Amino acid sequence: MKVDLRINGVNRVADVEPRKTLLDVLRENFLLNGTHAGCEHGVCGACTVLVDGEPVRSCLMFAVQADGYEITTIEGLAPAPGELSVIQDAFCETHGLQCGYCTPGMILAAHALLQNTLAPTREDIAEAISGNICRCTGYGQIIEAVQFAADRLRVANTPRPILTEKPVVEAK
Amino acid sequence: MKPAPFDYVRPDTLAEACALLAGDEDARVIAGGQTLVPMLAMRLARPAKLIDILRLPELAGIREENGAVVVGAATRQAQAERDPVIRASVPMLARVLPWVGHPPTRNRGTVGGSIANADPSAEIPLVAVTLGAEILLATPDGPASMPSDDFFVGPMLTAIGQGECVRAIRFPVWPHKRIGTGFFEISARKSDFAFVAAAAQVALDEEGRCLDVALGVGGVGDRPLRLDVSSLSGTRLDAASIREAVNAASGELDAMSDLHASAAYRRRVAVTLGIRALEAARDNAAANPGKGAR
Repeated sequence: MKVDLRINGVNRVADVEPRKTLLDVLRENFLLNGTHAGCEHGVCGACTVLVDGEPVRSCLMFAVQADGYEITTIEGLAPAPGELSVIQDAFCETHGLQCGYCTPGMILAAHALLQNTLAPTREDIAEAISGNICRCTGYGQIIEAVQFAADRLRVANTPRPILTEKPVVEAK
Repeated sequence: MKPAPFDYVRPDTLAEACALLAGDEDARVIAGGQTLVPMLAMRLARPAKLIDILRLPELAGIREENGAVVVGAATRQAQAERDPVIRASVPMLARVLPWVGHPPTRNRGTVGGSIANADPSAEIPLVAVTLGAEILLATPDGPASMPSDDFFVGPMLTAIGQGECVRAIRFPVWPHKRIGTGFFEISARKSDFAFVAAAAQVALDEEGRCLDVALGVGGVGDRPLRLDVSSLSGTRLDAASIREAVNAASGELDAMSDLHASAAYRRRVAVTLGIRALEAARDNAAANPGKGAR
């Protein structure tokens, strides 16, 4: 069955069996292996992608159901090859990952949260990643990473007062 | 963890979907797929054909109509959670939605799907039974409807017939000004299947006397159950009356035993959570000034 998908801003066409999940099509047809296959029945959250900006489990959606939506995978977050998004960088800074298996899902869940919430509380973050299971770090550093990213985004996006006078440089 | 092969069709109209369903015993409906796809992946379900109803315009939308809010079956749970009409007019539904699955499953899972799935521990069916909602159906002969009490038959079992599908759910809107809700559930982890859940809604008059009250428990029996606490009408919902009413209503409670909890535990927790839910609903209503603000 032919399906038209829009993935990370690019239109792509695949000929797939209806039983193929979006997860399998992303990984096998388009080699977007950043979306991880974990439990494959909707429990672990490793396969999280954004569908129209909202986190969704790609193992619980068939590719044939995904036409007409804007799909974003972890590969679509960084501004340029070799760079990291603010959230990805924050995960590195705060040691928010160890084996990395849950990380793409965690980062996409966090990305969706920070799109809508400027200053999330610890509870907001815990709720946002509640569907994503991590089995190495525990969740402390992941929550810290999201909080850190939120702080950085908030500071970066806050307009600074325009200096009307030149700073006075004292003469010696 | 790969589903067995099936045919996929996405009809353009509800009538077409019903005709397809009626004509094929091995066809199943898919909307959000948050319960069905895991069943397919584990091959606990092997339909020959999936009929996708998620994008049918007849199943979309949330609207108010004479004393009720009608929620289209394909309304996603996340959409209902954010909806101002539901928050204002069916506060019990708004209160339980954050407990349904996790944010990513609520982004795909639908209100109608949760109703049609009829999990005895699910929150949306609990609200439907507690408030006495009506389930609107699409059948090959046209629209039909059924009270929730008749719709839920047993665990994952409903009175829906071949060729029929859930079209919308009509939640009654209470006419009173001061309404409050309470909800509690016990599960292994937040958003896991509830061992026991209790939802309550009360309406108070200006003096704080109870005008109307509804209490339901989920996860206890083989389907959500409404408890008769109508004896509380007219009281001030003091702790002693609430305890007495819930104890009396739970006397005959038919509880199930499984791996997770015994029937005795479920019955005991149902009483405790029922009391807590009513007290929370009372306090919630009391904090609501009710100056036509609803």
